[in-house]
Amino acid sequence: MIELDTIKPYFEGKEDVLGEILGRYPDYGRRSAIMPLLWEVQRAERHVSEARLEEIAHIVGVHATEVKGVMSFYSTYHEQPVGKYHLQICSTLSCSLAGSDEMFDFISEETGLVNGETDGSGIFSLQKVECLGSCGTAPVLQVNDTYYERVTRSSCKELLDALRSGEMLEPPRERGGDNEGAEKPKIGSEQRVGREA
Amino acid sequence: MTTIAEKPQLISSRKDAQFEVTLYKNVGVEGAHTLETYLEGGGYKAAKKALTTMTPEAVVDEVKRSGLRGRGGAGFPTGLKWSFMPKPDGRQRFIVCNADESEPGSFKDRYLMEDDPHQLLEGMVIAGYAIGATKGVLYVRGEYYKSYERLREALAEATAGGYLGKGLFGSEFDFEIILHRGAGAYICGEETSLMNSFEGLRANPRLKPPFPAQAGVYGLPTTINNVESFASAVHIIAKGADWYASMGTDDSKGTKLYQVSGPAAKPGVYELPMGATFRELIFELAGGPTEPIKALIPGGSSTPMLAFNDETLDTPMDYGSIAKKGSMLGTGGVILIPQEKCIVNATWNLVRFYAHESCGKCTPCREGISGWMTKMYQKLVSGRGEAGDVELIEIMSRNIKGKAFCPLADACLGPVQSSLALFRDEYEHLAEHGTPKYTKTNWWSA
Repeated sequence: MIELDTIKPYFEGKEDVLGEILGRYPDYGRRSAIMPLLWEVQRAERHVSEARLEEIAHIVGVHATEVKGVMSFYSTYHEQPVGKYHLQICSTLSCSLAGSDEMFDFISEETGLVNGETDGSGIFSLQKVECLGSCGTAPVLQVNDTYYERVTRSSCKELLDALRSGEMLEPPRERGGDNEGAEKPKIGSEQRVGREA
Repeated sequence: MTTIAEKPQLISSRKDAQFEVTLYKNVGVEGAHTLETYLEGGGYKAAKKALTTMTPEAVVDEVKRSGLRGRGGAGFPTGLKWSFMPKPDGRQRFIVCNADESEPGSFKDRYLMEDDPHQLLEGMVIAGYAIGATKGVLYVRGEYYKSYERLREALAEATAGGYLGKGLFGSEFDFEIILHRGAGAYICGEETSLMNSFEGLRANPRLKPPFPAQAGVYGLPTTINNVESFASAVHIIAKGADWYASMGTDDSKGTKLYQVSGPAAKPGVYELPMGATFRELIFELAGGPTEPIKALIPGGSSTPMLAFNDETLDTPMDYGSIAKKGSMLGTGGVILIPQEKCIVNATWNLVRFYAHESCGKCTPCREGISGWMTKMYQKLVSGRGEAGDVELIEIMSRNIKGKAFCPLADACLGPVQSSLALFRDEYEHLAEHGTPKYTKTNWWSA
């Protein structure tokens, strides 16, 4: 006898979310919803399990293999859960020239993790990644979806300590270049602050 | 008395009093990403002008006359690309924004999207009108979550404000934009891979022809441009093709976002008229290098590196001048390579990048870059090199070049072949001694 999977479907009771995602694409482009559906599940569950993958395949109307084929092509979808804080260290040239290799070693020692590992308590995952487009504010550490730029030893330590106690620090907005020292805020900002207050 | 009309002097330096920052003027300004602030700065006036006072053909002509060339790296004339669309035949047409900025050393599009998303949306409205596309696709790389959030907010604001949707500015033109998030694959910067990715397929490149104008997204007529190209179109329509063409050099018009990374005092994005020199960018704007430099990569990691000397520094940063030096303008992402950095190690870093990002579709790239090139560099940097290894890398490079299905493999050969040509002694030294000529390893200064 076949045992039925009793996991509650992710999109059960989330018809509005599902409808919004499917509604973005034309009828003939339903397959385009695969990536956003994978994102939706992963943001909530930190990975996409086989069961979710089959659910997405069913929604889109393709075989699960097709969804798996898409998912496995990309480096930011995870088949296994990542930690609560996914530490992603850019290791490409500009970051490397600003010390990202040493930063990786530092974080590796601090967390006791090697590349690709998640700790036993599920707090941290450590991963070297390729260029994050933060070359002018290198080195960059991406925690989940947030960029921390121009990371120094002390700011790295501070950030890891905060994360251990469950706090995501607000990253300073680093841009470098042309706007450095630009006068800001400018147009209409006083009014806006006033309205918000 | 009559005088012989002189060819007007083109603006090719930031020091020219007539130059003003346009593309980048809102970046770093608090609140600039909101519709309210964008409108206060004259936002959506260019789109209104195009849709209410110009025919689509006139918009295409204006962009053609401006001399704008694609800012994603290849430099194809934007107006000409728009004119490749077939005659309207009732089928849905698409305008696609390639916001999958992933070429190492390139980070301009990110700030445009984070701090000035409406500028991009306005550019897409104009382009959509010009080519007769009522749907836009904005494909933003997965890691740029801040950009994605800002664009999502901007789309909602623009739709609510009537800047996207039906009958824009009282015209008969409808336009909507589908925002689509990538998931970490450099190959999606290649236009046909991006289209496959958008369609929910594995992001392997497609055979060309057919080109996107014939069969693009969902097999329908499509035009695809880079973020900065769309942003440029806004100002071309607002201020006119003549204004745009008054900047630059003979083959490269307008302003461009250049980027500096590596050891510079003030790395980042700088807007300059095309044809400004590397010296102006690196020394006058970015504050100069903070340590001795031996080479620079002029336009993103795939563009062959150039020796860091007076001749290179005085080269105008335009398409033709850099091509004459044997490299490319690319994305304008300049990477400074310090004297003390082992060049084999630096090149291996980029080979590793391309090996990681190879999609595996074709043999020269999969076996050549991800397989053999990777093994040879690993052998060298781990100190196990031997006589003949450097020659083997050279031979492999020649055999891979021009043989791959898409430009990714050749992109990897940019740094490989140029570093060999400039710094062969470092390769030979490493192969012979097992240790690099330059041994510095700690680059984390702070």
